[in-house]
Amino acid sequence: MVQQLKPVDVVVVGLGWTGAIMARELTKAGLEVLAIERGPDRDAASSFALPSIRDELRYSIRQELMQDAKTDPVSFRHRPTDEALPIRRFGAFLPGDGVGGMGTHWNGNTFRFLPTDHRLKSHLTERYGAARIPDYMTIQDWDVSYDELEPHYAKFEAVCGVSGKAGNIRGAIQAGGNPFEGPRSGEYPNKPLTPSHANELFRKGAGDLGLHPFPAPASNSSAPYTNPEGAKLGGCQYCGHCDRFGCEADAKATPWSTLGPALTGEAKFRKLTQAYVSRVLYDKAAKRATGVRYIDVRSGETFDQPAEIVVLATWVFGNTRLLLNSGIGTPYDPKTGSGVVGKNYCYQIQPTCEVFFETEELNPFMGAGGLGMVVDDFNGDNFDHSNLNFFGGGYISLGSTNGRPINFRPTPPGTPRWGAKWKSETAKWYRRTASMLVEGTNYSSRANFLDLDPNYRNVFGDPLLRVTYNFTDNDRAMADWVLGKAAEIGRAMGATVVAPKPRKGDFNVTAYQSSHNSGGAIMGKSPADSVVNRYLQHWDAHNLFVVGASAFPQNAGYNPTAAAAALTYWAAQAIAGAYVKHPAPLVPA
Amino acid sequence: MLDRRSFILSVGTAALTNTSIAEAAPSATADTVAAPASGAPEALLTLTPKEAALLTALVDRLIPADDLSPSASQCGVVTYIDRQLAGAFGAGARLYLEGPFRPNAPAVFGYQSAMTPLQLVQAGAAELDDWSTAQRGKPIAALPAAELDPVLKDLEAGKITLGRVKATAFFEMLLQLTMEGFFADPIYGGNRDKAAWRMIGYPGLPATYAKAIRTHRGKRYEAEPKSIADFA
Repeated sequence: MVQQLKPVDVVVVGLGWTGAIMARELTKAGLEVLAIERGPDRDAASSFALPSIRDELRYSIRQELMQDAKTDPVSFRHRPTDEALPIRRFGAFLPGDGVGGMGTHWNGNTFRFLPTDHRLKSHLTERYGAARIPDYMTIQDWDVSYDELEPHYAKFEAVCGVSGKAGNIRGAIQAGGNPFEGPRSGEYPNKPLTPSHANELFRKGAGDLGLHPFPAPASNSSAPYTNPEGAKLGGCQYCGHCDRFGCEADAKATPWSTLGPALTGEAKFRKLTQAYVSRVLYDKAAKRATGVRYIDVRSGETFDQPAEIVVLATWVFGNTRLLLNSGIGTPYDPKTGSGVVGKNYCYQIQPTCEVFFETEELNPFMGAGGLGMVVDDFNGDNFDHSNLNFFGGGYISLGSTNGRPINFRPTPPGTPRWGAKWKSETAKWYRRTASMLVEGTNYSSRANFLDLDPNYRNVFGDPLLRVTYNFTDNDRAMADWVLGKAAEIGRAMGATVVAPKPRKGDFNVTAYQSSHNSGGAIMGKSPADSVVNRYLQHWDAHNLFVVGASAFPQNAGYNPTAAAAALTYWAAQAIAGAYVKHPAPLVPA
Repeated sequence: MLDRRSFILSVGTAALTNTSIAEAAPSATADTVAAPASGAPEALLTLTPKEAALLTALVDRLIPADDLSPSASQCGVVTYIDRQLAGAFGAGARLYLEGPFRPNAPAVFGYQSAMTPLQLVQAGAAELDDWSTAQRGKPIAALPAAELDPVLKDLEAGKITLGRVKATAFFEMLLQLTMEGFFADPIYGGNRDKAAWRMIGYPGLPATYAKAIRTHRGKRYEAEPKSIADFA
């Protein structure tokens, strides 16, 4: 039996970054907001106490803060003609759950996308001609410009207390920052984190090559900080337990550390945890969402929660699956290219390059999630692609995130994985190795998409989301080329061994790469090319907003959180400002 | 004094030739297998003595004793594996186990076995012992150390055919659990005396380096490693 609940103004599905931002902005606008989160309630005081939070096995290896694959994985295949198999244990990417979502256990890298990333197709067409864009590459413009998003990027950075160094303030290039970034309205709220020794070696090596190294912008607070919402963040202790962990000091900005205090004191806000939203209730004739249906994950009871506005903020997979399961919009068909739901699923390609130093002491266990040195010289279209056989690029970073020994055990190429030689090499190099990363773009492809799996179901009886994905020729050519640049930096650093690791073969679901998935409910100019308009409002239901990285038409060479968050602030402004006064489509279809 | 491996080896062999020995004295055998270096007895929670003997033989080739550290089993890795398999992990926590199954799918699809980790290790151990008895005339625990390395290499490369268990799936599970046990916080039963952390120079807890990242730039940071248990 489905139990009927009292209507609310707004239901927000998912309480990670984008859900928390929506809840905060819409309660500020006077709306009553119910946030429904499938996972448990979590905050630093109750969940992340020392010493038990420094437990690599429990949090990093067993993935305690992640979505439970037993109850709800995704299935995966490389090509539309293959049979998909369930990802039985998450590996390459780690969806979150619980209050804070992936924002609880992220590293804190807080990059803005390049202005050209926001209008990719127009930019490449203007600079290189439409004929240079491969047929399979289904890129399109965001339909929201960098300049329009700039205040929202700035707002998110202030909320997070981002530590960094600006490279471009209102058009004036700043020494020590990223000269390729779009114009910023101001400096970062916090000074950069203290660089590690390995970061300094990278800065010098890259600088010697004439590149432009700068400290990675990090939502790890370099000093105690109070954000504009009144939340207090502690100073980072460089403990090396950011990614996959909660922060006991609230030095890492998370949805709940930054917005939780304000939401907790807000009478119009309620959160409901351990509740799995299975459907958006949709009146197809009226083209209107009427609410959501959810299941209490502990009792199995089902409830219908009516709402005037429904916001889907469940990350890439959840947003797309909710639309597909609820019958809202036309599913994408890779054969014909028609339909939009599930289209332009993207990820990133991230080859790495390890650098081994015979004589340097790097203390790899001292680190912070966003602590790194970066060059952006080979990202996006920051370099001329006229004579190259690919588009896109990626930043190259040397991150000092952690030296947690179950996972961090670098050995030079050719070392066995076990036995006496493995052991002596592990003991020799543990303290003397760092890893560089190419954060490679992923430009959408006709054959990469999301739909519903015909064979596998989750514990609630819903079909698994099926991911069809592989790296494209463009991705591979780009990644190999940029990885070559990373190896040059490694040699300039004076490393004893420089070991680039290209991504070869079919996509591998087991080894962690990043949780920078995107697309599936993309934004665009018309219902023919997108699920949502530039305000993330669904073309087929004007009171339904689908927010986050699911809206990216393709993926840039940056960690996506700041772009997803800025876009959510932009959408929230449209709802609170224009939509509430005149509930109607904000863009004519 | 009989070292641990020799003792287990003899018990394992005896248990094979006369099952009543193991059945008659399970607690004594279990205590011996799981005994930490300090000597305090510990129970086996889910592995049989025979399985523990096989794992001891194998993990001590994955991580052998030398001047860098004691062997895996001497560091408690078999105790660690036993506890992990006896608990939520062994029962398949966080592992989607709905069919249909394609256990021979390419490795890029990750874990595709229909078995829980406990079932996989138990079945793999039994099938490997059957293979060893048929091919080498002795169970794994009775093979000399020098003969185990080629067996492990063939398992790793998928050159050995077991029964229902895919050789590489068994090997990868074994390697992963061994490395976890060796490097995890000692509270889980392995990494006794923080031997693995001492070997590489990992200081453990409390991990607050806001000053040290500046004062020890380019200089080795040395500290007596501390476990979660040291703060309890």
